[in-house]
This record gives sequence, structure tokens and C-alpha cells, in this order.
Amino acid sequence: MSWYLVRRLLLTLPVLFFVSVIVFSLINLIPGDPARIMLGEEASREALSALRKEMGLDRPRYVQYLLWLNHVARGDFGRSVRDGRPVLDTLLLKLPVTIELAVTSLVVAWVIAIPAGVVAAWKQRTALDYAATTVALAGISVPNFWLGIMMIYLFAVNLRLLPPSGYIEPWIDLARSLKLMVMPSIVLGAALAALVMRLLRSSMLEVLGTDYIRTARAKGLDDVVVLIRHAMKNAMIPVVTVMGLQLSGLLGGAVITETIFAVPGLGRLTVDSILTRDYPMVQGVVLFAALAGARTE
Amino acid sequence: MSRFAADLPADVVGPQRGTREVRRYGLGYFLHRYARNRLALVGLWVVLGIALVAIFAPWFAPASPIKPDFGNLLQPSTATHPMGTDDLGRDVLSRVIFGTRTALLAGVISVGIAVIAGLPAGLLSGYYGGRLDDLLMRLTDAMLSFPFLVLALALAAVLGAGLDKALIAIGIVFTPRFIRLSRAQVLGEREQNYVEAARAMGVGDGRIIWRHILPNSISPIVVQASLDMAGAITAEAALSFLGLGTQPPTPSWGSMLNIAQAYLSTAPWMAVWPGLAIFITVLALNLLGDGLREALDPRLR
Repeated sequence: MSWYLVRRLLLTLPVLFFVSVIVFSLINLIPGDPARIMLGEEASREALSALRKEMGLDRPRYVQYLLWLNHVARGDFGRSVRDGRPVLDTLLLKLPVTIELAVTSLVVAWVIAIPAGVVAAWKQRTALDYAATTVALAGISVPNFWLGIMMIYLFAVNLRLLPPSGYIEPWIDLARSLKLMVMPSIVLGAALAALVMRLLRSSMLEVLGTDYIRTARAKGLDDVVVLIRHAMKNAMIPVVTVMGLQLSGLLGGAVITETIFAVPGLGRLTVDSILTRDYPMVQGVVLFAALAGARTE
Repeated sequence: MSRFAADLPADVVGPQRGTREVRRYGLGYFLHRYARNRLALVGLWVVLGIALVAIFAPWFAPASPIKPDFGNLLQPSTATHPMGTDDLGRDVLSRVIFGTRTALLAGVISVGIAVIAGLPAGLLSGYYGGRLDDLLMRLTDAMLSFPFLVLALALAAVLGAGLDKALIAIGIVFTPRFIRLSRAQVLGEREQNYVEAARAMGVGDGRIIWRHILPNSISPIVVQASLDMAGAITAEAALSFLGLGTQPPTPSWGSMLNIAQAYLSTAPWMAVWPGLAIFITVLALNLLGDGLREALDPRLR
């Protein structure tokens, strides 16, 4: 077991190496002089050469990479060009917001998907099954930015049931915080719910066809007991094993969701730093996202 | 694709009452299987319809998608403008119609890039194995570690704004999937008897890969490509929505939605139609892809 873990960790190292090379290259692939891009066209010659020196741009590429890696390994992601604060501080400040959104979305997704998947498999080829699979297909196809805008139009502009956008910490005003999180969680959770439902349905169908389910039924056990105690326990395994992938997908979806609903998390930070060309911040947030989703076979 | 009746589910093989022997392989049989799936047929027709609209956009569109009309700003639906007008007085219907071009271009070009780059790499990597294969797999692992939209955004930002650059960015992000998929296919086929036989007859590696392995492993790649077209269209719309893809005044459903956000309470039709267009296109492509999967792989249900 411990040997297995060591092997897994060793396999992760080359992946992390490539992740770091990709993130480093992203910024270095930008045509032109990064110092000039950051400071703008009107920057003085002295300021330019000072920034170049500070960024190590006067040294060979591989030295730049090693220097950068050395800093990152020690938790130094550089400073934001926009506000001069350390990138890592900002990342850690925004992280809880995105985690909160990811957790509520995961809850929304599972609460919808698990009963829907179980019922669809149990009542295969009935109207219930067709309805569930059709809604799931729609959920996979609907672009989340459109879903978000339409929900704002319906629930905030027209019905005035929910605030259109914004964020507040739950410990400051719990009721308002929950109200603000309803739409983002549904928008972010919708695609995930559809995926989980399809996954659970097919794994349920597989389990329901096995001998031990037939035995349990033959023993005269109640259908619902068989379904929940026997079938679901095994059918949930694939759903739980891809949870890492689900979280990585949520992180990507958070980019859109947080932008639409003005939630100040990592997703919104990604867009803001890209649009304002805050390259150290882009590098930091992209690296952060990759490390969260790092996968190995 | 399986050529043995024994591999097919019973309802496909079942007795053919009063009919002559039905061929169970080849294009005809594939079309027959595909046509049995009604939803897949709907998807196919919708996709073909959208392609027609894209090709003949100037004939379908009642007005210019680009020229502003300042006398008709933010008008709701009327006879001349069935989907209303936008913030510059342009006909929303015409912009949605011309938007099909951007969307289909996004689907075809970015998936094309991913297939052209990923397929040969995956085939060679799987066939020869070794150090290069290991290296390539770790590289694809690394690329797949990034949430897909985050990497596309970062690449698009590095390459600069514009439709062409957005499509390259999306194509790069989709490439590892095709490397992994075609590699897995080769690994499955490489040890089959027919490959062994070809090798024993002295057929060269290149010819074995191209003429023997590729045709036998193409179906999952076709399925993946059709599903990824749906993904690429959504991704282009997402990048344009965030301001990085298609630049104004070129009509793109994503950038139309971006502008529509500001007029949500006064001109909601600006947001409804382009979004609906994305939804329908992506849904149709997903139906098409699911249908292809069922028709090409009888074991999957």
C-alpha cells in the first residue's frame, strides 16, 4: 500500500513539471516585451530596465524558469501589477468564496441528480425515464452563461424574488448570503447534475441486472429497500470516484458563473486579471487551478 | 465496428420475419441503425438546417447584421424585426442568422485542429510506445489538469483577441483528448490477429497504422469529434461572452449575449434569441453525437 502511494506520487512529479512549464510558457509566449506590456507604451526607459531586471528578463530563459519555480515552490507567486499586493494573498482571500460556491453547487447537483438517476434506472423506458434523460440532455447542452442571464431576468428583474447579483459572507448576513447563492449554485450545478444523473442511471442499470439484486428481490425484500440498501450502495461508486473531476469542472464553470453573478471568487479573478493583463495574477490563478485539478492515471 | 452477429444485442439480430438476409455491416447498415433512433435523426436534420442557414445567410437575413440604424434602437419584436433590434438598432434576427457562421466555424475549425494534431500523435505514441509515449502521456495529463475553460481563456489571452485566435486556443485545449483516445484505440488493436498477420506478411508500420489500425479505431474518434463540436461552439461563445473571442461588429452569439447583459431589463429579447440559438445548436450536435455512438458501437446502450 505504501509502495503504491509512493509510486503514485512519483508519477505526479512529471505531470507537475509539465504543468509548471505550461504556466511559465503562457506568459513568455506573449509576443513583445512583458515589461513594456505591463508598464504601457509611455513608460520611461529607466522604469522598463528596472522592471526587466526585477523580473529577471535579462537572463536566459531556463534560468528565468528555475528562478520562477524556486519562488513558486516557496509560495512566492510574485506581485499583482494592478494593486501591488502579493498574488498568493489575493488567491487565498478569494479561495473560500469559490469553495463555498463549489460546495453549494455540488449539493444542488447531487440533490437533483441522485434521485433522478435512481428513478430513471428503476423505471427504465417509462415516461419518467424519458423525461429525466431529456432534461439531463438539455442540462448538458444549455450554455451556463445564458442560463444565468435568463434566471436573472426571470427571478430578479421580473418576479423580484431574488437579488440579481452580488456576494456577502455567510457570517455577516446568513439569510442574504443564501439568497445570493441560490442562482449561482443552480447555474453552476446544472451541468454537473446532468452529468451525474446520466452516470448514475447507467451504473444503476448495470447493478440492477446483477444476480445479487435478483436474489434480494427473490427473498421478498421490499423494492425500495433493495434499491436503496443494495443497488445504490454499489451504483454510487463511479459517481464518487469522479468527484475530483467534478470539482475541476466546477472550477472551470465558476469562471462564467462568478462573472455573471459578480461573486468575488477565483473564477472572477481569472477573468479580471486576464482582461486587465495582470500577468503575474494570471499565472498564479492558472497554476492554482491546475494544481487543484492535477490528475494522474 | 463489429461484423459478427453474435456481438450484437438480441433485438438487432432477432429473426427477420419474411425478409431477405440483411447485411449487418457497412454504410447501409450503419445508416439503418442510425435512422432507427428518432432523436438522432432530429439532431441530424437540425444540424443540416443550421448549416444551410450559415451557407445562405445573406439570403435568409432580412437586414444587414452590421450596419447600425440609429432610428430604431432597442425596438421590441415587430413585423420587420421579428426578434427586435439591439442597442445599435441592428436586426437581432439577422445577427442570429449570421452568427450561425461564427458558431459552425468554431465547431469545425477548432475540432479540426484538435483532430489533425491529436490523431497522428496518439496513433504513433500508442503504436511505438516507449519513452516518447510516456512523455506525451505526462504532457497530456498536465494539460488535462487545467480546467478546460481556464486554459482556453489563458491561451486566448496570450494569443490576443479575435475569432481566429480563440479557435486556435480551443483547438489546443481539445487536442489532448484526441491523443488519449486514439492512443487507447491503437493499444487495443495493436495486439489483434489481423495486425499480427499484416506484420508477418511484411507490411510496413506506416501502412499498418494507416490502412489497418486507423479504419478499425475511427468510430469512437468520430463520436468524440461530433460531441466536441458542441463543446467548441459553447467554448467560443463563452470566450466571446467574456470579451476575448469574436470582436465587434462581427456577429457572434456569445458577444451578443455579452452586450445584452447591460440591457436585460429594457431589451430582454437581445439575450433570449442568441442564447436559444446556442442551446438548439449544441443540443442538436449532442443528439447527433449520441446517435452516432449508438449506431457505431452496438455494445453501448
